[in-house]
Amino acid sequence: MNNKMQILNLTAGFGDTKVLKNVTMDIPENKVVTIIGPSGCGKSTFVRCLDRLHEVIRGAWIKGKVLLDDSDIYMDDPIELRRRVGMVFQMPNPFPKSIYDNVAFGPKLNGIRNKKSLDKIVEESLKKAALWNGVNDRLKKNALSLSGGQQQRLCIARALAVEPEVILMDEPTSSLDPVASAKIEDLILDLKKRYTVVIVTHNMQQAARIGDFTAFFLLGKLIEYGETAQIFENPKDKKTEDYITGRFG
Amino acid sequence: MRFPNFFFYFRKSEGQDRIFQFFMGTVALISIIFLTLLLLYELIKGSMPSIQHFGYDFIFSTAWNPVKDEFGALPFIFGTFVSSLLALLIGVPICLGIAVYVTEIAPPKISAFISPLIELLAAIPSVIIGLWGIFVFAPFVRDYISHFLIKYLGFLPLFEGPGYGLSMLTAGMVLAIMIIPIVSSISREALLAVPVLQKEAALALGATRFEAMIQVILPYARGAIFGAVILGLGRAIGETMAVTMVIGNRPQISSSILHPGYTMAAVIANEFTEATANIYLASLIEIGLILFVISVIVNAIARFITWKYLRIQEN
Repeated sequence: MNNKMQILNLTAGFGDTKVLKNVTMDIPENKVVTIIGPSGCGKSTFVRCLDRLHEVIRGAWIKGKVLLDDSDIYMDDPIELRRRVGMVFQMPNPFPKSIYDNVAFGPKLNGIRNKKSLDKIVEESLKKAALWNGVNDRLKKNALSLSGGQQQRLCIARALAVEPEVILMDEPTSSLDPVASAKIEDLILDLKKRYTVVIVTHNMQQAARIGDFTAFFLLGKLIEYGETAQIFENPKDKKTEDYITGRFG
Repeated sequence: MRFPNFFFYFRKSEGQDRIFQFFMGTVALISIIFLTLLLLYELIKGSMPSIQHFGYDFIFSTAWNPVKDEFGALPFIFGTFVSSLLALLIGVPICLGIAVYVTEIAPPKISAFISPLIELLAAIPSVIIGLWGIFVFAPFVRDYISHFLIKYLGFLPLFEGPGYGLSMLTAGMVLAIMIIPIVSSISREALLAVPVLQKEAALALGATRFEAMIQVILPYARGAIFGAVILGLGRAIGETMAVTMVIGNRPQISSSILHPGYTMAAVIANEFTEATANIYLASLIEIGLILFVISVIVNAIARFITWKYLRIQEN
């Protein structure tokens, strides 16, 4: 099993506050890694460090190393990195443009101008995100006219269109209803054939359903990390057990 | 549900409050309508001799000869529009630059320092800006900017010499400075209102900060920014003192922005005291009427755009 990403002694925060404390973990290729933990445990900050979006916020700082294919992402160009590591956010955030333009946004940034290539990328990305059949006849319609679940799948399609290697998801279903969430979960299971997926969730059933590996964060520290079945059935740490049995959090 | 304004908002209980609100709303509404109508009535009444004597020709005539009692408003309408458009052309890019810098680029401590400083510009009396324009800025424009434009672009009618210090260009530049406070502060608010998630979505797709600004943030805020620009236009059209002092005050229509001109506001301010003949006075008042109507329309458009934009934002 190859490690797609390696996180070494990662510490991050804002100003005087430490949000992440000395996190070390590996992210295996073509697997789904779920990150669980109570609110404020640093799980969002953790994924934001993996595509260097953390540093966009004023006052943010970071220490330690993050390796992607064995090269330190903090030594390389962040723009290039973010094309290899995609991100789907907690709230669906399509641009107020047409469905087509939303998906074509990333490829256009990469310099693809050819109409035919763009058409093809848009169609394939929407198909991968299981949205093509719903919207293929209204690609020129404004993306905001879609439902919340469709908007989130559009955002996934938009992230896929730049052909990333890793996809980060920060609670992608927390603002969706159960039906739309189930569709996104199916999609994630499908995506791991081609991509490495890291997904933050506060829904433990979801983490158990879709994860191959699960990491439990508490107060900025990585408490336990292992195969999902082991974490949920036989946790080694007392705190993990307390959390997944619902004693706190 | 949100109610469009104070006047139509009634709480269900408390009859006393209802009466109070109704009373205050009525007073506010009536006084505004009454004042506007009164102003309009006075302007029309005062300009009646001129309206009757010149008719529509007044708007299209370039004659301005108080000795022969020949009057036409076109040079002033032209001057007002050209100086205001120049102000927008020069001022709006600066305002956008300020807004983008303050919201996205500058460290928080520097933006906290710059923003109030720019708003302070609005507090300078326009006569002071006019004085500075006459003694400092106009000679600078004459010696450097005009000189440069004539030398390299003088073959264009737009930059034909000779270059005067007191000119349409100087007026436009002074006006540009005067619209900076309002346009840049509203543009800044518009940029701040763009959700952070929009910017991060663009960055996460591999956009540079510049690409995120040009392709996502500015388009998202364009409605409110456009409204801000129109408000700036309203300010530029109505500005009197500073323009009067630097535009040269010659009622002519010249293709060159380096030549002097005249604006509606400026001619009223300058010649009101000299207007002894009835028809002269009436002509000046009619120019005031035209200025009033144009200002009201421009400001109404600006308010409508910002209102419509903010309403879309809320939904």
